[in-house]
Amino acid sequence: MKTFSGNVLFLDRSDINTDEIIPAKYLTEITKKALGPHLLEDLCLEGFTPGKSTRDKQVVVSRSNFGCGSSREHAPWAFEVNGIHVVIAESFARIFRQNMFNGGMLAVELLPDTIADLFNRFAGRRTRLETDFARSIFTFTADDEVLTVPFELSDFDRALVEAGGWVEYADANY
Amino acid sequence: MGRTIVEKIFDRHRIDTPGGDMHVIRLDVVACHEITTPIAINDLVARGKDRVFDPDRIKAVIDHVTPAKDSKTATQGKILRDWARRHNIRDFFDIGHNGVCHALFPEKGFIRPGYTAIMGDSHTCTYGAFGAFAAGVGTTDLEVGILKGVCAFRTPETLRIDIAGDLAPGVYAKDVILSVIARIGVNGATNKVIEFGGPVVAAMSMEERMTLCNMAIEAGGTCGICAPDAITVDYLWEFIQNDYPDKAAARAAFAEYGPDNDAHYADVIHHDVSGLEPLTTFGHKPDQVKPVREMTHQKVDQVYIGSCTNGRIEDLRVAAAVLKERTIAPAVRGIVSPATPKIYRQALQEGLIEIFMRAGFCVTNPTCGACLGMSNGVLAEGEVCAATTNRNFNGRMGIGGMVHLVSPATAAASAIAGHLAPSNRQPEQGA
Repeated sequence: MKTFSGNVLFLDRSDINTDEIIPAKYLTEITKKALGPHLLEDLCLEGFTPGKSTRDKQVVVSRSNFGCGSSREHAPWAFEVNGIHVVIAESFARIFRQNMFNGGMLAVELLPDTIADLFNRFAGRRTRLETDFARSIFTFTADDEVLTVPFELSDFDRALVEAGGWVEYADANY
Repeated sequence: MGRTIVEKIFDRHRIDTPGGDMHVIRLDVVACHEITTPIAINDLVARGKDRVFDPDRIKAVIDHVTPAKDSKTATQGKILRDWARRHNIRDFFDIGHNGVCHALFPEKGFIRPGYTAIMGDSHTCTYGAFGAFAAGVGTTDLEVGILKGVCAFRTPETLRIDIAGDLAPGVYAKDVILSVIARIGVNGATNKVIEFGGPVVAAMSMEERMTLCNMAIEAGGTCGICAPDAITVDYLWEFIQNDYPDKAAARAAFAEYGPDNDAHYADVIHHDVSGLEPLTTFGHKPDQVKPVREMTHQKVDQVYIGSCTNGRIEDLRVAAAVLKERTIAPAVRGIVSPATPKIYRQALQEGLIEIFMRAGFCVTNPTCGACLGMSNGVLAEGEVCAATTNRNFNGRMGIGGMVHLVSPATAAASAIAGHLAPSNRQPEQGA
């Protein structure tokens, strides 16, 4: 199973799309690793610098409809090869969300109020997330500020993460 | 309780409910192209699972960058080609026979009412025009589709959109879907299937229904879907005539995939298109939409007519009717890309290609190329394109470029004017 704890990157916008996560011109790559340097390359967001802001981050927190647009699994892969295995948002585009779990990663939805609270209290600060996968609890920490947030995962999503993804699960079960 | 179209299709295809509101369904078609499939193939090989569930239910095409533009795209094509050969996939389309997947596969009769289909391409939702459930998926879902012929989906809620009213001349299916997306937003149908109905949809050709369903994903929809009817039967007849004694029998069989009167919908929207004007997008999201009339100050550097949204023969007829005996503005680069070889040939025979060329358009081979900024019409920074495509995301047709999504009529009129402009000309016959 992958690791789901680390430093948090806050992306304060809704509808961050797959072309912003990984531009289409890199779809000609046939290895995941080659996508690495281009993560969020076309994202224009105040305070965000492609290549720099993602350095030493393992978690993304964003707003609603994260990952909308293309079906390209290159989007979750671009996160994966940069060591980012968790995206937390108000909501996700269907395909992006499924692609995350299919690759054994986490795309977790939290309530809008909780997301707003996270942005209010932690955005702009050096924030760390500890994930207790077994008990479904996120703990965010910045300096002496601590917030504990329970999250929900379906049995199937949990099974995918534990199996390391959908290919192994499906080949074993169908 | 009554069921929606997609509920009926799921009930016929479900093989498992593994929890978490998920349904594992059997697939009738697993479609593949050279951008998202090679990584799936390589991964299957690496896992020691280089198998296919059924070579006849897998369809493959090289369409996104064709002919290959460099070594990387040549390698992607080769991986798909070699794989199709070693697994005896007969429905594989390469140079000379290839076209934009979502125009090519329906044209070949591969998509039928009641079918389930996936592809590693978000615009797979186009196939819902046939009363099929078709969804774009990621590479891992595609891998499992290739290997096992199954895919998992959450319970698909249905958003019903009834479209009524009188379409004004010069207003097309593209304007209708842009108005729908503007109304419900880019997130308005996430995790939902959009069931399009009402008199306007009932009167639409299959090509227009494909334009409509094609952009369901731009509102977040899993699939757009239209109830199959006599128009569906007419379109498919050459492929199904041996399966049914007559068209009435086919229509009766397909009626099974219409929604029940008491079907439950997540929401029902009544969308009146009377008074609708030609529309264009103005920002980087497909729900940022205005009348073209309010955007005529916007100069264009390039006009692109093509793609899985609007690269079919009816679209080329509409554009050619606007362009006939006219030339495009000197500063505009016009590019038309018939979506399949059949459409290309038809456009040649009907004299449409001649009209495009006389007007000053470049005619390219069928390919997705320019729509996603991969080849055949990439924009430079600061350039503006009026395009009949489906996405205006930042950087979509090239870094720093701006895309305005419009109908083929508006694209053609804009090419002539040199700026965004609604067309004041319509084809002599309905198109």
